[in-house]
Amino acid sequence: MSQPNQNSPFCKIFPTLLSALFLFTILASSPKTLFAQDAETSVIDSTLENLVPIPARPANVKAKDHVYDIGEKVDVSWELSPDDTTGLRNVVGYIISRRLDTASDFDSVGAVFSRIASLTDIGLTKGESYQYAVTAYTSAGAVSETSVSNSVTTEQEWFDGDKFWQVLLLVIIAGSVAYFIYHAKKGKPMFLRKIAGLQAVEEAIGRATEMGRPILFIPGIHDMDDVQTIAGMTILAKVAKQVAEYESRIFVPTRASLAMTAARETVREAYMTAGRIDAYRSDDIYYVTDEQFGYVAAVNGIMTRDKPATCFYLGAFFAESLILAETGNSIGAIQIAGTAMPAQLPFFVAACDYTLIGEELFAASAYLSEDPKQMGSLKGQDVGKVVAMAAILIGAVLATLGSEEGMNIETFNSAFHAFWGVFGGGE
Amino acid sequence: MKREIPLLITSIAGIVFAVSFFIPHWPFGDAENIFGDWMSVVSAFAIWLGMFNLAEVSLRKVIRKSEGWNYALIVIGSMLLMLVIGFSSVYHAINTDTPHMDPGTGLKWMYDYVFSPLSATMFAMLAFFVASASYRAFRARSLEATLLLVTAFFVMVGRVPLLDPILVWAGITDFAFFSAVADWIMTYPNAAGQRAIMIGIALGITSSSLRIILGIERSHIGGDA
Repeated sequence: MSQPNQNSPFCKIFPTLLSALFLFTILASSPKTLFAQDAETSVIDSTLENLVPIPARPANVKAKDHVYDIGEKVDVSWELSPDDTTGLRNVVGYIISRRLDTASDFDSVGAVFSRIASLTDIGLTKGESYQYAVTAYTSAGAVSETSVSNSVTTEQEWFDGDKFWQVLLLVIIAGSVAYFIYHAKKGKPMFLRKIAGLQAVEEAIGRATEMGRPILFIPGIHDMDDVQTIAGMTILAKVAKQVAEYESRIFVPTRASLAMTAARETVREAYMTAGRIDAYRSDDIYYVTDEQFGYVAAVNGIMTRDKPATCFYLGAFFAESLILAETGNSIGAIQIAGTAMPAQLPFFVAACDYTLIGEELFAASAYLSEDPKQMGSLKGQDVGKVVAMAAILIGAVLATLGSEEGMNIETFNSAFHAFWGVFGGGE
Repeated sequence: MKREIPLLITSIAGIVFAVSFFIPHWPFGDAENIFGDWMSVVSAFAIWLGMFNLAEVSLRKVIRKSEGWNYALIVIGSMLLMLVIGFSSVYHAINTDTPHMDPGTGLKWMYDYVFSPLSATMFAMLAFFVASASYRAFRARSLEATLLLVTAFFVMVGRVPLLDPILVWAGITDFAFFSAVADWIMTYPNAAGQRAIMIGIALGITSSSLRIILGIERSHIGGDA
């Protein structure tokens, strides 16, 4: 039996025709099966890709020198990755890296959450040039390609422009103070409302003198770096001068040793001014302890033993305010207190005969001195109050009409936010 | 000169601190840091100054047998005791390379069993003084005092966290509003009052600082007292 010739044309064409027929049969008979198979293959491929889906990179990275700083900050901004809020939505944050212009590698300087498109890099060196790179990353650890910013050189601004409005307010208030001091020097009469606590100072010292008992003066529990302590010392000068003139005696136990030296100098000078330096006793002005309640215990002991007829508490006070004032009350002393600690004021009001509330403590020295220049400064202070009252009034109206919590009228909304930016310390 | 030099130093330091708030870099920012460092150094030496002053005053009282000299003797004894224990604890800590306030050291014992209880005792007295001061303050002698009493009643009752739930439990739901009233008082009238005081304080500090910087106020250094 002879074998067919495999090189014949039929033998070459037949398998090709057969394959084509087979393919046509499959295509014609079960197209759905074929397409299903195709879709399945596609899903598998897609799943493989989705195991580590790479987010698109953030675009348009910009680096800008931070304004109003000392040349240590750069503001970096970028456009969110297309896969952040749209697309794959798999971005969970951005990594920000930095390099010196001269360096080759970027070092990570921080990261932010998704939907955030800016970062202020701090702690840089003035005059150096930097470049930034931003990369999006996913919770699975996939990172996008990196986008690199322009080069930026840090610069130092001469003035912190963010505080412009504060400077303006300071200039207005300080200018008013200077203006009224100038007018006071010219001899223009000024009206000052009476402050009961300060009018009672002389009476209180006189009472102690008549009773033959000492006066106790506490200049707060802070050191000389607190303006309240300085205010207390200025009042001490006036009190000590009267004490010297009345030939009475004053005790000044202090919690801070620097306050002790300042108090000694103040009282000594006051006695000298009164012409009674011979009556000055340095031992009556002494340091006790830095420990808050140890100091309170010592002062309470002085009160109960020496029974001063008059107690002054003028300066910064904390929890000890009521302990001191109640002990003074229990020995029947006339008590004059003053502090700029709002939380302690109710205690002094409840336990003392007279209380200088906040600003009255700072006005006391000027008030007692009756010096026109000092009294002029108090009038200047009133201009600040007028500004504050006007700001409160305008702010209340704008907040009612323009804020989101109020009537939210569009016309006033922007005015309210602008106003809040000036007086409310920014957005 | 005795007054002029301190006035000059005060003025320069005051201006530097004020300006450095707006220009926080060289030369003002650096000068502020330098003044801050000086303050720390002076304060460190001032601790010794205070200690020697206390010892001197107390010793003089004991020697002269002045009134209350026995208390001065206790002060000197306590000071010496704490010094001895403190230095021995530090010496021990250096030798053993351990912290000087470790449990078991004398300093720690004194702190835990003497210093802390004494401080806590003084602080605890505040509770009794609050009661006695409140009693006097809340007597309805005038319209203002009556208003204070009523306000204080609502705040105190409203701040007790159990009162409203108890009223609800007892079925008196109409009166379970004390917390809300207390919150309203604290949030609006109280906050408004506090802010008014704070604004006054800020203006007072500005004016007072200007007087000191300009040398108009000089009574704290004895001038024009």
